[in-house]
Amino acid sequence: MAETVFTNARLIDPEAGEERRGALLVRDGAIAAVGDVAIPEGATVIDCRGACLAPGIVDLGVQVGEPGARHKESFRSAGRAAAAGGVTTIVTRADTGPPIDTPETLEFIRRRAAEDAPVNVLPMAALTKGRAGAEMTEIGFLKDAGAVAFSDGFRVVENTRVLSRALTYARSCRALVVSHVQDPGLSHGAVTTAGKFASLKGLPAVTPMAERMALDRDIALIEMTGAACHFDQITTARALPALERAKRNGLDVSAGVSVHHLTLNEFDVGDYRTFFKLTPPLRSEDDRMAVVEAVASGLIDVIGSFHTPQDEESKRLPFEAAASGAVGLQTLLPAALRLVHSGALGLPTLFRALSLNPARRLGLPCGRLAEGAPADLVLFDPDKPFVLDRFTLKSKSLNTPFDGARMQGVVLGTWVAGRRVTED
Amino acid sequence: MFRQSHLLGIEPLAPAEITALLDLADTYAEKARAGRARGDDLAGLTQINMFFEASTRTQASFELAGKRLGADVMSMAMGASSVKKGETLIDTALTLNAMRPDLLVVRHPHSGAVDLLAQKVHDCAVLNAGDGRHEHPTQALLDALTIRRRKGRLHRLSVAICGDIAHSRVARSNILLLGKMENRVRLVGPPTLIPTGAADLGVEVYEDMVEGLRDVDVVMMLRLQKERMDGGFIPSEREYYHRYGLDAAKLAHAAEDAIVMHPGPMNRGVEIDGTLADDIHRSVIQTQVEMGVAVRMAAMDLLARNLRAARGVRAAEAVQ
Repeated sequence: MAETVFTNARLIDPEAGEERRGALLVRDGAIAAVGDVAIPEGATVIDCRGACLAPGIVDLGVQVGEPGARHKESFRSAGRAAAAGGVTTIVTRADTGPPIDTPETLEFIRRRAAEDAPVNVLPMAALTKGRAGAEMTEIGFLKDAGAVAFSDGFRVVENTRVLSRALTYARSCRALVVSHVQDPGLSHGAVTTAGKFASLKGLPAVTPMAERMALDRDIALIEMTGAACHFDQITTARALPALERAKRNGLDVSAGVSVHHLTLNEFDVGDYRTFFKLTPPLRSEDDRMAVVEAVASGLIDVIGSFHTPQDEESKRLPFEAAASGAVGLQTLLPAALRLVHSGALGLPTLFRALSLNPARRLGLPCGRLAEGAPADLVLFDPDKPFVLDRFTLKSKSLNTPFDGARMQGVVLGTWVAGRRVTED
Repeated sequence: MFRQSHLLGIEPLAPAEITALLDLADTYAEKARAGRARGDDLAGLTQINMFFEASTRTQASFELAGKRLGADVMSMAMGASSVKKGETLIDTALTLNAMRPDLLVVRHPHSGAVDLLAQKVHDCAVLNAGDGRHEHPTQALLDALTIRRRKGRLHRLSVAICGDIAHSRVARSNILLLGKMENRVRLVGPPTLIPTGAADLGVEVYEDMVEGLRDVDVVMMLRLQKERMDGGFIPSEREYYHRYGLDAAKLAHAAEDAIVMHPGPMNRGVEIDGTLADDIHRSVIQTQVEMGVAVRMAAMDLLARNLRAARGVRAAEAVQ
């Protein structure tokens, strides 16, 4: 019987919403005891020396380059980046080339991930065939094959009839749909958020209202169909009342936000820095603050990295032509800790959004520091400062907006099912 | 006084730098009028004009400016197809580095593309001849010189910029320049052609042309960018002309001695009445073209001085 004890830890318990000093016992890959733990004979002892021990991060919405763009990111490189970042479960997006829209391609993902990635990998599948927004995928087969949610990624299903049928069918399969809310008409061609900055820089922009409009549309369809839906990124203040109302009315909805939208704003683009080109575009400071508050209150449930690897070639272009997205698996925790250091969130609240809520939403047993839960753990020093050098990232693509940024919070170790997945 | 190594926009320029450039341009304008246009300040330097977007007037103006100062001028017409393959921009920079130009004049349909190119070329001064909807600094400078010569000053003037501001890099550069020189700027146009957040740019916004023109000293018309109208910003050209086209009746609300400007090429009968455009008492459109050459000569001269100075410093360091 393999036993490990983490002693002298600052235990971050998002379920109880508190942190406390104590120890944690792992037996056979699962958490066996938390708090006052007697050290069993023969157990491996890890002295945490007062560092934080929290449930490993469940990152909902990660893009891996397999299939189609392995030169940008493979399961091996994404897995190593995740482990280094304290992410114990990657939930992959279906916006690959080809997209994951059949049980066969899904099987390929699962096999590749199992061979190469040191962390848990759970795939999402496309909601419509080819992500074309015309016909729904084999939601039943895909779910049986292991798809944890269904999404066309950042591509919005424009045809409401198609979407309403897909939602209705998904409900009958008890499948979770992940929706990207952005009115397609208003956002077409836009690369920034409308406002003074976009006007000065002469970049095509989208009104923040486009997010609320699409959210309103989706909420109406969810009310109509009874489907379970997670909005991948809510990034504007104007969308929040609609989300709050939908939750209050008892709809099965939840929402996420990227760590970039919580810690950066539109001005960070500066002189056309394409590493800050994201989908949706970075927002105003007012929006950023409103969304941080929504995470603190629990209105927004999940924080993710929306890890999107892009190679130098696709980023070293004029801003309008450059590819969108940023890598984030390895910087998710230190970036999110900015919210803790600024006093906006406590550590248990942060891990509610990073680990507990995404796990719950997907029906996973992880995300908790509780007896019986899998021993997916991250040990980190929340205060240790460092300056990020993107060339130290494990990812194959180095398109991080935090290059050269001062950050605080270093991962000391990551364990998946009790097995250490970080190098010493 | 002029410390820039590139001219990428009005935004990085200090008011004193603008004044220095305009002063020098003034002397070039006077020389040209006196028939002593030719100089050799750029002798031995290579100027490459790269236009990724069609242009006749600006390109000709830069070419003439370079030739008058004795530079070896070469113009490369970059086809629209090479723009679509965005990666050629970096490849182009590499190619250029191998050719060792001294002055590089670039126009590109994407905002920020000239900045990007400037980051990738070595030992070469880059001049922005218009990037997307972002900036067109030499146009704003030639407008400023024209105003200064006609009005006797470039401060405390009331200037109305009218028309398709949303799609106009000329408008952005002019808003920045006129603001830096402490003028009052008004934007006049249908709300669909006014950029979002315009009120935050330190300007006044008018949707009514007559109100917008009231008592202004300068009326700056913009071309209605038909090629950029990718859908329904205005109902029709004739309604636009009726509400926003500049004619004598609307101009009567401006100051008595107000001047009329247009960056060209004009759509007569769309944004400006043809007779008014040709009225030598009000319209300074021909002067603008003339000042364009002078301003570009001045800009290239100043940048070339800084380039030579930087090379001198490097050479001295290499000796030590």
